[in-house]
Amino acid sequence: MEKFTTVTGIVAPLDRPNVDTDAIIPKQYLKSIKRSGFGPNAFDDWRYLDPGEPDMDNRSRRVNKDFVLNQQPYEQAVILLARENFGCGSSREHAVWALEDFGFRAVIAPSFADIFFNNSFKNGMLPIALDANVVEDLFNKVNGKKGYQLTIDLASQKIITEEGDEIEFDVDEFRKYCLLNGLDDIGLTLNHADDIRAYEEQRKQSAPWLF
Amino acid sequence: MSGKTLYDKLFDAHVVRTEDDGTALLYIDRHLVHEVTSPQAFEGLRLANRQPWRADAALAVPDHNVPTDVAERAKGITDPVAKKQVEALDNNAREFGITEFDMNDIRQGIVHVIGPEQGATLPGMTLVCGDSHTATHGAFGAMAFGIGTSEVEHVLATQCLIQKKMKNMRINVEGTLGTGVTAKDIVLAIIGEIGTAGGTGYAIEFAGSAIRGLSMDGRMTICNMAIEAGARVGLVAVDQTTIDYVKGRPYAPKAELWERAVAAWSALVSDDDAKFDSEIMLDAASIKPQVTWGTSPEMVVAIDDTVPDPAQESDEVKSSGMEKALDYMGLKAGTPMNEISIDKVFIGSCTNSRLEDLQEAAKVINGRKLAENVKLALVVPGSGLIKQQAEQQGLDKIFSDAGFEWREPGCSMCLAMNADRLEAGERCASTSNRNFEGRQGQGSRTHLVSPAMAAAAAIAGHFVDVRNF
Ligand code: SF4
Repeated sequence: MEKFTTVTGIVAPLDRPNVDTDAIIPKQYLKSIKRSGFGPNAFDDWRYLDPGEPDMDNRSRRVNKDFVLNQQPYEQAVILLARENFGCGSSREHAVWALEDFGFRAVIAPSFADIFFNNSFKNGMLPIALDANVVEDLFNKVNGKKGYQLTIDLASQKIITEEGDEIEFDVDEFRKYCLLNGLDDIGLTLNHADDIRAYEEQRKQSAPWLF
Repeated sequence: MSGKTLYDKLFDAHVVRTEDDGTALLYIDRHLVHEVTSPQAFEGLRLANRQPWRADAALAVPDHNVPTDVAERAKGITDPVAKKQVEALDNNAREFGITEFDMNDIRQGIVHVIGPEQGATLPGMTLVCGDSHTATHGAFGAMAFGIGTSEVEHVLATQCLIQKKMKNMRINVEGTLGTGVTAKDIVLAIIGEIGTAGGTGYAIEFAGSAIRGLSMDGRMTICNMAIEAGARVGLVAVDQTTIDYVKGRPYAPKAELWERAVAAWSALVSDDDAKFDSEIMLDAASIKPQVTWGTSPEMVVAIDDTVPDPAQESDEVKSSGMEKALDYMGLKAGTPMNEISIDKVFIGSCTNSRLEDLQEAAKVINGRKLAENVKLALVVPGSGLIKQQAEQQGLDKIFSDAGFEWREPGCSMCLAMNADRLEAGERCASTSNRNFEGRQGQGSRTHLVSPAMAAAAAIAGHFVDVRNF
């Protein structure tokens, strides 16, 4: 997993609430058995005017020029600014893979759906929940200047604006530690294999029908 | 000290260890696996040279991508990409020693339908699946939730997950449901009330006399859509209805173990003095048949209501969301719901494809035929065994005589990964759980309803109040 320490970059504003994972990566792309290559089809229904299928050459498709990620300089965006309940709907981790493959490293929104929030951390992507009015402020800044940049410093849990203002954010200690060090959860858990075995032994006594 | 909620009990019983910040390593009793969210997880195991911790705790089934057309099912999947994914599941199950009900097994079906049907879902379990509708299994007093692919790999490799405890919410639905009003209407009404983010961060326990009065099929419908209310976990306490359902199923405990299990399961209720972080009351008698009008499950009204007007909404973000939804759905504010005509009908999905759902729909049809403007109406049973039982009861004939297509089990038009889908602009009465933009095909327009309401709409050609139909 890629480490997340400090990220600086262009912020793309996606001004709608309840952006669901079907919108982030439409289902036809879930047929892939790989983890990569979803970026060109992130937000496919919004980015293109004609329907897309896996393995299609996107260059031959009609682009929706009104969609924010099709406008310069947002093709280089690394931070996505969104509205409440971002990532709701299906559990597909492909949604995070698609955002990551597009180039995003962080999403800022007033709130996130639980599974998406969780999936993000497993892929080195940082979801940051901020007060709705702070998000509103950021939207104003970003809409006011194309190519507006933010810096996210995970160690100090701060977002630094172009004006030099600092916005603090919360992050779970354990998740922060894993992100900062790029640690794989499975390896960490297997360090506790003895605890898992001990638990199983005890459960085999108290609830043998589960084995 | 106050008592424990059902969720607290389930959580606490599965903690392997806890970190200082409250993060727990949670043991997982049952892992259901399907073809869409697992290939990358198995690939991860192979790359790291890892074996499943407990292959016998996993059960695999292909459902999202399988064709439901009878002929195609027999001759094999024609879409090469889908075929590859289903074959990847077959191969992974074989390689890692996991039991799989393959596409042509009579026990095959939607993952959330077959778990309970086989008794692979038991009260008191922790159960996960790489699918958000895993909440369905909470109807058994099990702690069940959807996970992402990295977590699928984590469970395969360690039989555990890293979790933090959620907050507790209880939704009490008291009283008696009106005739023609079903579990689906209850849960849509709840989502209309609390919104699609209302349950975020919570485990929701559904309680009250109206919930206790439901069959297991109905309880599963309610828990299924906990995720549409924002909650990863939905729960119903164990009672005699639960135990009667589980008894005798292939994976359920037998003989002396059964007696011990039943004794343990009787404790799977929230204590009388348990504290909930949030509590909501709903009067069952006031719930009418529901229909969604927009592109989020919370955009829902009663059938005798009209399409709402964004201009009446004071919250700006909400109001613009409503406008976008109306535009996408091709609807005008103020239109009576029962004047909206439909092009297609879908009865199926892990929300409403169980035997009781099919029976309710068949009852409404009662010898009548599809309306002329309805181009296609599908009935897709949740599993091969449900299909078989329905056929024994002659339900397939009722549907086919009316002009419905009777299909093989799978997810089908719920998410339109296979050939079952809507064309752009087509409007569908659907018993599934999501009405998002493009969910049933690009440009598709989905209205979520109960099976009875879908059947009535199929006959009438437009939405209609099933209570006076
Ligand atoms: S029926 Fe629909 S919601 Fe249920 S598991 Fe299949 S795709 Fe998901």
